[in-house]
Amino acid sequence: MEIISKIILPLFVVIIIFYGVKSKINVYDVFLEGAKDGLITVFNIFPSIIAMIFAINIFLDSNVLGFLISKLNNFLGGVSLPLEIIPMAILRPISGTASLAIMNDIFKVFGPDSYIGRLASILQGCTDTTVYVIALYFGSIKITKIRHALWGGLFADLVGIVAALILTYLFFG
Amino acid sequence: MVNYIWAFLIIIGVIYSFITGNINTLNESILTNANEALDLILNLLPVIVLWTGILKIAEESGLLQKFAKLLMPLLHKLFPDVPKDNKALGYISSNIAANMLGLGSAATPAGLKAMNELQKINQNKDTATNPMITFLILNTAGVTLIPTTILALRMAYKSSSPGEIILPAIIATACSSVAGLILDYFIRKRGKKWK
Repeated sequence: MEIISKIILPLFVVIIIFYGVKSKINVYDVFLEGAKDGLITVFNIFPSIIAMIFAINIFLDSNVLGFLISKLNNFLGGVSLPLEIIPMAILRPISGTASLAIMNDIFKVFGPDSYIGRLASILQGCTDTTVYVIALYFGSIKITKIRHALWGGLFADLVGIVAALILTYLFFG
Repeated sequence: MVNYIWAFLIIIGVIYSFITGNINTLNESILTNANEALDLILNLLPVIVLWTGILKIAEESGLLQKFAKLLMPLLHKLFPDVPKDNKALGYISSNIAANMLGLGSAATPAGLKAMNELQKINQNKDTATNPMITFLILNTAGVTLIPTTILALRMAYKSSSPGEIILPAIIATACSSVAGLILDYFIRKRGKKWK
């Protein structure tokens, strides 16, 4: 399992570059062109990163979450679920930047190789910003009656979250 | 919606800090926040720039399109209501292929074009059709083979194996996609009237 995870990235790179050379494009020039696009992308997401880090840090530093978690722990009677993940799971379908900011915080506090750090990574990777995508796509063609699109998408996200929990346990538990 | 959530997080955080008397932490948080955002961006920047460069090669060389073609047979099965020669299927496959490679910027335009084509064959212009919903469920489950930002952050925080989460993330995505599609299939079977 570990080997497969480690092979994916280099394999991708070599396949892409090999195919580029084979189809006779100027791989180096095209790379530079794409890298420039990447720079612009990062530049464009910077304001939203600042905005989200600002809000999430005020929220997390106030420790209101610690209060809620202790209440929830009393209620659940000591079920060992990493509860810090809950706000991330709730925000993930709405804003990718917000969940990224929380993941950043989890890495900072617990480290990326902790159980919750791995869980956060998998969670961030396995679901998408469902609410945002639905609003964008349906908004673009002026659909107002979206039927089961939203809760169908959120149901898929929920399954993804549960799967992430189980898989983190199976792979790293 | 994001507007409310953003405001909610700030307001709740400030009020709770006032209640508990954590004013010092609050001030520090407000003042150091922007620096942390800059750190985050600087952590993400190199990997994103590198990866968009490499993916541009995949796009220009036609590898992305080739990859998208492989998905076509599957799409005919998932979208029985869309005629096989409809342009929408081509856009949907490029969207999925781009998403898989973590090429979000290429995925969104293809997705918007796909929705536009699907709207052309829609009889009730204000109501979502079955193919649109199937496409969105597929899209939001979002299979990503190379989650660039996550890898970048894991690297920045000195993970001993940044890529170790790729495989479980792919499996988790597959679970959520399949669950979403099954749900969609049953709803579609039950309510044929929207066809």
